[in-house]
Amino acid sequence: MREPPELPPDAELVARLRARDDAAFGLVLDAWSGGMARVARSIVSTHASADEVVQDAWLAVIQGVSRFEGRSSLKTWVYRILVNTAKRRALREGRQISWSPVAGEDDTPTVDPARFGGPGDRFPGHWVAFPAPWPSPEQDMLAGEVLARVEAALAELPERQRVVITLRDLEGYGSDEVSSILEISAANQRVLLHRARAFVRGKLEEYFLASASEVGTEVSQ
Amino acid sequence: MTDLNCDELVELVTGYLDGALDDETERRVADHLAGCDGCTTYVDQVRQTIATLGSSAADVELTDEARNALLAAFREPPG
Repeated sequence: MREPPELPPDAELVARLRARDDAAFGLVLDAWSGGMARVARSIVSTHASADEVVQDAWLAVIQGVSRFEGRSSLKTWVYRILVNTAKRRALREGRQISWSPVAGEDDTPTVDPARFGGPGDRFPGHWVAFPAPWPSPEQDMLAGEVLARVEAALAELPERQRVVITLRDLEGYGSDEVSSILEISAANQRVLLHRARAFVRGKLEEYFLASASEVGTEVSQ
Repeated sequence: MTDLNCDELVELVTGYLDGALDDETERRVADHLAGCDGCTTYVDQVRQTIATLGSSAADVELTDEARNALLAAFREPPG
């Protein structure tokens, strides 16, 4: 997670933007465009269209800053414009994105039920075998490979889950900010985040199990 | 108050890490974790997953061309 560069407080920033102070605009452009591009990439189909979404969002910000009412932070407002711009773009690409969890998304198990004892077992509802511990980050010689697995897992998620996990865990926004950017309830965003994290964890588990068994094979040979 | 099962706990992890559970449920989660190595490992792995996601954010920057075009649009008086 990246530390955002120090920016002036919102009141000062907004006043300077309205006064067409291009140094102030340069500051927010440089501070937020990277994160905006990552979020746009989680919604639209290509990096090129994500870049266009970011530019279109900034143009809308330039047009609209005189109407900014300060009900949210400036950054949240900018990100909301970004997300709405990206959604419209996705629609033109033929994909309709709804942030509401779909049927089954909030009540089906996120961990394979076979991992837990059934009603007739000695410990129903408890792990049949504990999850195998993962290598600690220092031990992990394949950090690049792990990141590639994470990226692949993110690409497999439904858009609405990918947007939420991108905002929460890549960009570091809190639950209230994400709810505010996406204009959904905190409970909704948590359902989406929960499924997304469980999915990515599952993919990492598969990867670590597979690489542990490869190492095991090498050792035994 | 009944004890949580592991298959219930894994569905509460996100609310737990967000501090969004009611007091009673949060206590049941904490009690369960205190006595269950499997779930403790699971929650640690969710934390590791979050940390890995945090370090996976790709560096993306505006191209100079895009940056200059936006600054020019900003300087233009609106309307």
